[in-house]
Order: sequence, then structure tokens, then C-alpha cells
Amino acid sequence: MTSFDLIVVGAGIVGAACADAAAASGLRVAVIEQAGIGGGATAAAMGHLVALDEDPAELALAHYSQQLWDEFVELPAAQFQRCGTLWVARDERECESIGAKIARLRGAGIAASAVDAAELHRLEPALAPGLAGGVRVPGDAVVYPPNVARFLVERARARGAQLYAGRRACMLDAGSVVLDDQTRLSGPALIATGCALPELLPMLPMRARKGHLVITERYVDFVRHQIVELGYADSAHGAQRSSVAFNVQPRSTGQVLIGSSREFDSATPEVSMPMVQRMLARAFDFLPGLRSMQALRIWTGFRPTSIDGKPYLGPVPDQRDLWVAAGHEGLGITTALGSARLLVDQLLGRRCAIDPTPYLPARALPRVSA
Amino acid sequence: MSSGAGARVCLQVDGQAVEVPAGANVAAAVALVTPWFRRSTSGARRGPLCGMGVCFECRVRIDETLHQRACMVLARTGMRVRTDE
Amino acid sequence: MNERADAQRYDVLVCGAGPAGLAAAQAAASGGARVGLIEAQASAGGQIWRRDLGRGEARIAARLIGRALRMHRVTFLSQSQVVAAGGDELLLEQAQGALRLRFGKLVIATGARELLLPFPGWTLPGVTGAGGLQALVKQAWPIAGKRVVVAGSGPLLLAAAASLRSHGAHVLGIHEQAPSRRVLGLAARLPGWPAHALQAISLRAALAGVPYRCGEFVVAAHGDDRLRAVEIHSPAGMRRLDCDHLAVGYGLVPNVELAQLLGCRLEAAARHQRVVTDDAQRTSLENVYAAGEVCGIGGCAAARSEGRIAGLAAAGLLDASRAQHARRRRARRFAELLESCFELDERIRLLAKPDTVICRCEDVTMAALEGYADARAAKLATRCGMGACQGRICGATLAELGRFALGSARPPLFPARLSSLSDPCTAINP
Repeated sequence: MTSFDLIVVGAGIVGAACADAAAASGLRVAVIEQAGIGGGATAAAMGHLVALDEDPAELALAHYSQQLWDEFVELPAAQFQRCGTLWVARDERECESIGAKIARLRGAGIAASAVDAAELHRLEPALAPGLAGGVRVPGDAVVYPPNVARFLVERARARGAQLYAGRRACMLDAGSVVLDDQTRLSGPALIATGCALPELLPMLPMRARKGHLVITERYVDFVRHQIVELGYADSAHGAQRSSVAFNVQPRSTGQVLIGSSREFDSATPEVSMPMVQRMLARAFDFLPGLRSMQALRIWTGFRPTSIDGKPYLGPVPDQRDLWVAAGHEGLGITTALGSARLLVDQLLGRRCAIDPTPYLPARALPRVSA
Repeated sequence: MSSGAGARVCLQVDGQAVEVPAGANVAAAVALVTPWFRRSTSGARRGPLCGMGVCFECRVRIDETLHQRACMVLARTGMRVRTDE
Repeated sequence: MNERADAQRYDVLVCGAGPAGLAAAQAAASGGARVGLIEAQASAGGQIWRRDLGRGEARIAARLIGRALRMHRVTFLSQSQVVAAGGDELLLEQAQGALRLRFGKLVIATGARELLLPFPGWTLPGVTGAGGLQALVKQAWPIAGKRVVVAGSGPLLLAAAASLRSHGAHVLGIHEQAPSRRVLGLAARLPGWPAHALQAISLRAALAGVPYRCGEFVVAAHGDDRLRAVEIHSPAGMRRLDCDHLAVGYGLVPNVELAQLLGCRLEAAARHQRVVTDDAQRTSLENVYAAGEVCGIGGCAAARSEGRIAGLAAAGLLDASRAQHARRRRARRFAELLESCFELDERIRLLAKPDTVICRCEDVTMAALEGYADARAAKLATRCGMGACQGRICGATLAELGRFALGSARPPLFPARLSSLSDPCTAINP
């Protein structure tokens, strides 16, 4: 029986980052991934590194993690582009929220500035006329997550981590993990399997929130920032069965990536043309020039959504040597690196850089009164 | 569109005036001017491969619209075609 | 897809207006159905009956096309590309807008595309498919006086070469990869199929003076930024030929994408895939039929029979369709004969070098694809298959080379305007 200091189950961006952080701290690490490294939600994601400010805990984790992402600015695999985010208000009413948004961002140490209608259109001439203004966050960026996940796993392996590729963890058994080929690995386990979390940790609520993305042909310089409507958080943090919110990204290839949609209650990866239609109609309101542009591909992905939309990062309650890092909803790429550090710090009893309390898995389980 | 024998279509390719028979596609018009329709992502010159709208190697700009397959679009009088966009 | 009142409904929709689609449309209309015949090109005829501007139509093609299109129950929707499909609806993109159509029955007659395989220099301007150059030349591509080498495999090489020559090309030679004993063996059996024998004789006459060599294949194309010469492997050794065009194709691959998107069952066809149909040309989906090359490469005669069967069956005239069964069987038997004659030499699958581009849309080389277990991993890491051709060219290549399996089809089936995908019943500029 092989023994490790940490057995990471799942090598999406979160599992990969945890394996990398653990190996960097000198731990003997195993990584188990049944399909491809950087698959799942990581492969479907937009790769937007964004400071989402509506929830203070989310903002703290995002900011912490974004600073860690700076390490990969020059890494070719990451295709790191500091394009910044431009939040857009459609009307004066939406503009009213701008002051508070900027205060929250600046309070967290993130540069942000108000942009009036004229400046908005100077920055992004393709935007529809009549938009009232917005917020520019220049520090936000775009990366290509699948390749970063591969890089992180390779870096962990260079430090001695063992990869069990094509293997599935079937059973968690007091201090060990049993794989589908009967291999038994002993040591603390960290479950980072995203939407598949309930297979191994059924006690932690997890829902899959389906999203659609459309990518266009190459239209270089159509937009320069990632452009998101101010109402995006209503969709992300809302509880509606289905919603869309305008979210567009320039890729380094010159293609334009268009989102976003959210649905519970759809378990299949099939593209839903009605959802695509809603999402595109929304996008045309902000960027009318999109209408005549060609789409090459449409795909779907599932955001792992926890009980409150924030990830589970920490020990599984009432279990020994069982940890979890999953449930990042739409912020998985942004917060992967910070999540990994928080997890490994807790594992090693080190002081965390930010307060880990909001992410403790115990919050999701009913208290048993004494 | 006239389909009478001898009907010709006059259009421009990269600023040059060319004439093709009615019913010809834009690819034929481009070929009268240049073998090079577009550049690959790494900058290599490319021309049509499949001739039937599957390979997308013959993409050109026609008037205001990018990424049109020259082999699938009929040449029309007055079109302004640009390669290498 | 949404059920909307403004989608136009047809009793039978036929996708593709080549020989199979035309036969299906005519047959269904003759059975009383209101038919929509959808075609991405500007004219009907598909590939084999593509109208030759310089020479007018082959008489039989013109007659059959005219007959189908003149039927008042047939609406010809040309320059219409199916970009999405689901349930009983199709989304079509047209020149100036998009259209949503509903069907009682659907006949998929999407035909086949040429199999184009990589070798050093294959991305040089001047290198095209064999059927590819024929298609271009029929629509006025300037070929007169140009030196053309025709290579690859199959009877298509002869038809293409004859076409090119009739437009004034100097066809330097036809290089068939199949060994001469197999080709001669096929020729010896042609009298069993008089129509094919006649066609072969007439092609031979049209190509008098043009060398037809067996057991030969192109190993490389040379040139700076355009084709200047090709290198040919022959039993006697390597040969280099200066030329302006290389028309090279290795047979045909069924266009199964629409069938796949709808959920029709597919099965292996050599190293590719074809749509599974029953005796009445029905797919695994109740209301969906398929006919012609999409059901497996079978040639024009098979396509016409199958199209007729599918059209009659779709119009509820199953009994009448049985008359076609013998003809279909015979046509498919001939196709099997062709398939075994023109089986590919393994060396052709090994021509690509590490720096040979495999995915032309994204410039991904053979070397870059090493070490990936499956198509998805390779795609994510290298971008292979993420370009405009949506993996049609590189996908067929990789399948032929015995590498990754085909992925699943998703909309859009072809690159489509965002306005078409969003609100199909409005024009681009509302």
C-alpha cells in the first residue's frame, strides 16, 4: 500500500492548484484524475480572472488569488492577458450602484475607476450608444485554464507528485482512498471533483449550474476589455432557475467569447438553442455589431454550486483526514490559486492569509444539538 | 442575374477590376488576380483546398463582411473583394 | 428547439440537392407531399452534377434536376445552410437572414466530402482536392494552359482529369495509388456493369495521351509560397514534376454531422462513419430518413435509388419504394467492388512529417499532437479542431491515420451569423 501526505482527487484547475501548492510545501502528493487534466468546468470556463465584489468573502478570496496569479503573467501556457474588466451600466439607475462598487473594490486594495458615457465609448467604440457609464478594473485578466492546470500538475510531479491518470477514486475508507483498479492509497484525501463531489462526499450540498458560451471567428480589436453588465451578479448570486447576463471577452486569437447563462435543472451537456438565443439577444443590446459576426462553436459547462455559492475549503466535519476544495460556481479559475493556499495552510496548521471561516464545509451541515 | 450566354460580371479584387462569366464564384475572380486568398494563423499563405465549402481556406472579405468562403459565394457586379484580411 | 408559430412547416424536408436529394424530393412530391429541398450552394446538383459553366450541364443531370425542381409541390431553398437542428425543426442560414423550418419527415442527403490527407507541402496554394479543383474549374477558375498533376485514388481522379482537360488544362498525368493488378482486375469486371463500363471508355477517350499510372502517390509538394513542383513515388523510384496545380484526393467521407446532431445512429465505414438506415432508408429516428453518400460511399446510382426509396417512404408510399431495392443492391455491390480496389496504401498514411500541419485552421503540426490520449485532450491543449472547418478536414485526416475518434456534433453545424442563431425570423439589419 502506497502512502502519501495528501491524495488529491480531481485535477481540474482547483485540484491541480492544490497538488502544486502541497508539493511546493514539501508534501508527498498523489493526484487522481479519471479523464483529462484540466477537464470539466476548467475546460469549459471563460478563464476570466475577475474581482467579484458583491460578497466580501468572495472578494477577499478573489483578490488574494489574483495576486497569486501574477506569477503566471509570463508563462506561455497561461496565455495571460491583462485586458481588464469594464463593467457597464445601461441606465442612470444602474449607475447609482457604481459608487458603492468602487468603494468596495478600493477597500479591498483593487484599483477601480468610474467611467462616464463618453469615456465608455472611447474605451470600447463597439458598445451600443446610450449606455450610461461604468467601472473600469484594469487589474483583471484572462487566462487559458486547461493549460495552466496541466502546468501545475507537471510542476507538482517535478517535485515528486504521483499522477494516477485514467483512474477513478471509488471509495474513501478511514485514511485511505481506493481506486477503480483496487489500488489503495493511504493518507489524507482532498476531494476536488467539482460537480461530481456528491459521489464521494454526499453530505455536502452541490448543484450543477449549466452555462453556455459562444465563440466567434477572428475579429481583432472588436473589443479590448472583458465587458460585463453591472447586473451580472444578480444572475450569478440569484436563485432563479435560469438567467442570462451579458459577459464578453476578447481572446488572444482575436476571437470574441460570449456569455453568460445559468440554469439549474439541466443535467445534459446538450446545447439549448433557446438559452443561446436569450444570451445572444442580451449581448446584442450591448454590442450590436455582434449580429453580423460569425459563431464557430457553442459549448456548455457546469459550474459546481455549493449551498451558498462559495466554495467548500477545509476539513470535512466529523471525518478524519478528509478535506474538500470544491463548489466555486463561476469563480473557480480566479480563486483556484488562493483556494489551494487556504487548503494547504489549514492542512499544515499554518496561519491563513485570509479568514477561512466563510468557506468551512461545516457551515453546510446541520448542527446536531448536544 | 442574367444567365444568358456571354453574360459577364465585373467586380474588384484587391482593387483590381476583373471580369468573370455570370455564375462564376468569387474564388474564380480572385484566382485571376492572385493565388493567395488568406494567411494562416502563423502567417503562411493559403488558397482554396476543397472547392466545396468545407475547408474554409478560401475565406476573403466581400464588401463589408469578413470570413466569406469565396467558393460558395457567386460573383456579382460591383463586389469589392479583399484577400489577406 | 422552441415550438414557434412562425416556423414554416413542410411535409417532407430534404437536406441536400445532389442526386439523392433530388430523387427524394421528386419521389416525395409525386406522393403528394409538400417538399422543401434545402441546398447550401446556389444551384442544385451537389458535387457530381455541379453545373459546368463552360460546358453546360450533363444532359442527364439537367433533365433530372429540372424534373424535380419543376414540380409545384417542391420548394427549392437554395443558398440555405442548415446550422442547427433538433426535434422536428431545422434552422437555416441564408444570404440575408435565417429561417426556421418544421418537418413531418426529414430526408438527410448531405452527401460526402473528399478525403484530403496531409503530406509535406500540402498547405501550399495550388494544392487542392481532385474533386475540389474540378468543382472550382466548373465555376470558372482559370485553368487553361496550367500544368496540373492529378493524384490520389479512385474513379473520381479520371472524372476530374477529364473535366480539367476539357477546360484547357495541361494534365501532366494521373497517379493512382492502387496497384495496377487491382485496377486491371476492376476493369475486367466492368462489363458486368454496362453503364460504368461505358463511362470508363468515354473517360479513357477524353484522356487520350494523358498517362495513367498505378502504384504511384505524391509524397511531397514543393514551392516557396505557392506550388512549383511535386514529388511522386513510383515503383521505379522517385520522380519530380514541375507543375502549377496538384489535384489530389483519396476518396470520399460521408457528411454525417447533421445526422449526428439529431441523434441518428452511426456506424463505422472503413475508418470513418456513415448513417445507419433500414430497408426503407429510415434512420434510428422515427421521422428521419437518409440516402446517398451519407449512408456510405456508393456512387450516383445508389444515391438515386436510395433517394427515391427515402422520398417514397417519407410520403407514405413504402410499397412503391420496393421496386428500387434491386437497383440499390446492384449499385451498392459495385461500390463495394470499388472500395476494395482502391483501398489505401499504408505508406500514404505515414507521409506527414513532424512539422507537417495537420489542423490547417489553427496551424497545429503532427509533432504538437503527439502524446495525447484522445481528441478532447489534444483539442484543449493544441487548438486542433477549434477552427472554422470545425474539425471536418483534420478530423477525417486523424480518423484515416488511425488516431482520435470523432467527437459529438454541436450547433452551429457550420459557422453561422450570431443573428441567425438568436432570432431567426428577422433579417440581419432589422
